[in-house]
Amino acid sequence: MEDIIVRYISRIIVPFVQLYGLYVILHGHLSPGGGFSGGAIFAASMILYALSFNLSAGTKKLSHDVSSVLESGGALIFAGMGLLAVLLGTNFLGNRAAGFPLGIPGNLFSGGAIMVITFGVGIKVASTMITLFYSLIEGEGHSHD
Amino acid sequence: MNYILQYLLLLFLVACAVAVARTRDLLAAVIIFAAYSLIMAVLWQLLAAPDIAITEAALGAGVTTLLLVAAISKTRRQE
Repeated sequence: MEDIIVRYISRIIVPFVQLYGLYVILHGHLSPGGGFSGGAIFAASMILYALSFNLSAGTKKLSHDVSSVLESGGALIFAGMGLLAVLLGTNFLGNRAAGFPLGIPGNLFSGGAIMVITFGVGIKVASTMITLFYSLIEGEGHSHD
Repeated sequence: MNYILQYLLLLFLVACAVAVARTRDLLAAVIIFAAYSLIMAVLWQLLAAPDIAITEAALGAGVTTLLLVAAISKTRRQE
């Protein structure tokens, strides 16, 4: 895909899509959306970048190894926050009972562990979809068109 | 009276679903499927489910389309 219009438009639009994805992830406990939706939006921006330029430009921004590590890291953040609540003496993924600061309802930094958990889910979903795309596009075989 | 937009969108939805199944050109089918997802996202929003609408717009119209286009670029375009 050597189209200058696609490249120019995607170069303009990718930062805004990524900002919106981070917004949806970080406001997951306040507004519609959350880790899954925001992660999908973020992954869509990276896939758009890699598809409109080429795969080497995409892997230069976020390599295959890094996205694999992030994929495990997001799951580890989720499990770690759950086990941290167990260590603090409550159930798995306990929030208020574990003593996380709840803050004022409606503020960005409120809800205790929910924000960190949502961030972990967002990282996991985004890197999973990017890894899926990389694995699909860089396999063996040649194009017929 | 307020449901005219919803019925119109549902009509487009059915038309898109039939067109996806009947199109021989796979790239055209993928694009129609993206339009299907976009209509579905608007319908979720009208049904007061903005969470699902965001997910449908990002996954159905975005990631799925890109993955299918990538799959077509690896294989044949005609069915």
